[in-house]
Amino acid sequence: MLVSRSNASWKSEDRTSGQFPTGLRVLLVDDDNTCLKIVSSILKKCGYEVTQKSDAESALDLLRKNKNGYDIVISDVHMPDMDGFKLLEHIGLEMDLPVIMMSADDSKDVVLKGVTHGACDYLIKPISIEALKNIWQHVVRKKKQELKEKDFECSGISEDGEQQQISPENFDYSSSVNEVNYKNLKKRKDEEDDEEERDDTSALKKPRVVWSNDLHQQFVNAVHQLGIEKAVPKKILELMNVPGLTREKVASHLQKFRLYLRKASQHQSGRNNAFMGAPEASFGPMSLMNGRNRQPLTATGQIPSRSLATFQAAALSRPTATYVPIVDQRNIFRFETPKLTSEDDQQQLKNNVKQMNLFHGISSSMKPKQFATLHPFAQSSGDMNMEADYSAQMDQPQQMTQIFNDINGGNVSSFESSVGQPNFIKVIPSGVHGPTYNSLYQPSTPPGNSFPLLSNSGMSTLTSKGMLQEEVNSEMQQSRGFVSNYDVLGGLGKNTVQMVNSSLADNFLRIEGERQPDTGVQNNPFPRQLSEEDLFTAFFKQNSQNQSKMTLTLTDTSRTIFLSNKACMLQLSAFENMYIVAVTAEIDLSGS
Amino acid sequence: MERNLHRQLANMKKSLFDQGYLDHEQFTQLEELQDEANPNFVEEVVTLYYRDSARLIQNIEQALEKNPLDFAKLDNYMHQFKGSSCSIGARKLKNECTQFIEYCKTGNGEGCKRTFQQLKKEYSSLKKKLEHYFQFARQVGPLEKACRPK
Repeated sequence: MLVSRSNASWKSEDRTSGQFPTGLRVLLVDDDNTCLKIVSSILKKCGYEVTQKSDAESALDLLRKNKNGYDIVISDVHMPDMDGFKLLEHIGLEMDLPVIMMSADDSKDVVLKGVTHGACDYLIKPISIEALKNIWQHVVRKKKQELKEKDFECSGISEDGEQQQISPENFDYSSSVNEVNYKNLKKRKDEEDDEEERDDTSALKKPRVVWSNDLHQQFVNAVHQLGIEKAVPKKILELMNVPGLTREKVASHLQKFRLYLRKASQHQSGRNNAFMGAPEASFGPMSLMNGRNRQPLTATGQIPSRSLATFQAAALSRPTATYVPIVDQRNIFRFETPKLTSEDDQQQLKNNVKQMNLFHGISSSMKPKQFATLHPFAQSSGDMNMEADYSAQMDQPQQMTQIFNDINGGNVSSFESSVGQPNFIKVIPSGVHGPTYNSLYQPSTPPGNSFPLLSNSGMSTLTSKGMLQEEVNSEMQQSRGFVSNYDVLGGLGKNTVQMVNSSLADNFLRIEGERQPDTGVQNNPFPRQLSEEDLFTAFFKQNSQNQSKMTLTLTDTSRTIFLSNKACMLQLSAFENMYIVAVTAEIDLSGS
Repeated sequence: MERNLHRQLANMKKSLFDQGYLDHEQFTQLEELQDEANPNFVEEVVTLYYRDSARLIQNIEQALEKNPLDFAKLDNYMHQFKGSSCSIGARKLKNECTQFIEYCKTGNGEGCKRTFQQLKKEYSSLKKKLEHYFQFARQVGPLEKACRPK
């Protein structure tokens, strides 16, 4: 069904000429003859050379026979036999042309599908001349992107899948770069596979390894087994034992993985940068999910060397099934020593004392002003599996930093220097957790002390979670500074355990009361994220009514995280948001 | 006299727009695609549309008789039908298609069937109107062309 196919080919060199885009060679595919006729007329009116095909198969044949015969393809979505997306996929893989999808179907998911499959545009029928007048820009853009892509390729930057996603249409149509294009297309294809969460192991044969969830999990397990610092590509590869996987692929993935960990940790602290102090990351052992694989690992994370150290302590909860994810740190530190269950109490106390000794850098007197902030939230959960899950799935060992389980024998009224990074403490199933303290200290502190609690009874593992930290940080943003009461700390040594039974709202209220805006000198520079918080205010209000409800939700969240990495990210952010919500609620409460 | 005929034709078209049968913008675009090389472009397109869509309508009819209804298939058919209908500027038909697709999404078989009956009515009534219009246009044709600025 060739309508007007001229041999006057429009070459890339012509692009600069005044003629452009006249002569742009367009392949039009639509099973609907009416549309075919109309659209091809419009295209011709635009001065393009149009070739029509009424089915995807024959269009593909034509393209295969004459790979460089077309500059752009316009295809309908709904076609019998092979639909537009399939065609799009093939074109992307085989000849790397810009493809425009068109359909009367304007539903969001279909449009999105077009985009994710690499279409450079999606036109809703009826097609207007205005829409087609400018399609040549896709050809130009593609060329440009291709060049950029090439640069990336050279510098190796394009390793990062995300970057590719950003420029989905960076595939050249000119033959000169076909090889590169081909590669890129493969990548793109692989990413799509990732997106669709298919486990396509055959993809291993392709130039780019698809790090499917399974594969990634294997990788993560291997890394954890080795300990992230000791994890070298070769060993990981041996452990994973996946055919087709090469050391290089593992190396590159490991690099990304580390980068990711770092990013995550930066992200947490990032928003409130200036926090998190130690330049060197320290990692505590990390536990894998379910506690089955609880081998201690060291993770390498990096904490931005920005100055302040942070302590995060997890408060503990009962061994029973109650999860208490959020605890106000300050409560722990200060006066309120909520009721404790006696057993836990005891144990906790023990832990605390023990840890206290580990803790350096706490001097006996503290200058309030230097004390920037205390991380308001501690995380505690009766079943720390939650955290373990996160870490296992998320692989964010980086956060795991320092474990600071205790504070000086009960008299920690002041810190002159500080240490530490946020920690999460993983407790054995019986469930006693040491408290986590988050606080900010002046930069003067020696960065990066870490005290892994390996030997600690009751604490078999440490888990770090990016999330938690993030949450904490957001909370920090809110708090104007933590000040004055260091007695809290004193109290700590003695009453470390925070029962999490009290409702969140209560905690927040208390927190609020303790706040002293002036003192938070250090905090002011931090950006606030109110908009995000606002979004969740309503949600929180619902949940804050009932802590256990919220807790449950959180727990559920953590469980679902197993689903996939991507889902995991989502879940994490949801989790984080909940914290933020909590923060917002806090604000609300204080306002009222 | 000729001018009158032309005006009559223009009125006829206008009433198709006014009554919502045709989409002004789309139909005008079709007319603009008509030139010396394709003097009867609009009519050809409409003829093509009625020829091809008859098959599609038949397919949809058959699919609607199935039990249970295959909504995915219906949805697919209807998008094709909608695509060509809106391409010729058949506005009322397009709206019916949209309604039909909505029912498909919610799995409302009764709604689909009802809408489809309505759709067929619009389909044939538009066909009649357009036939009439083109027939008349052919009579006035040469004049119309002369009168048209461009």
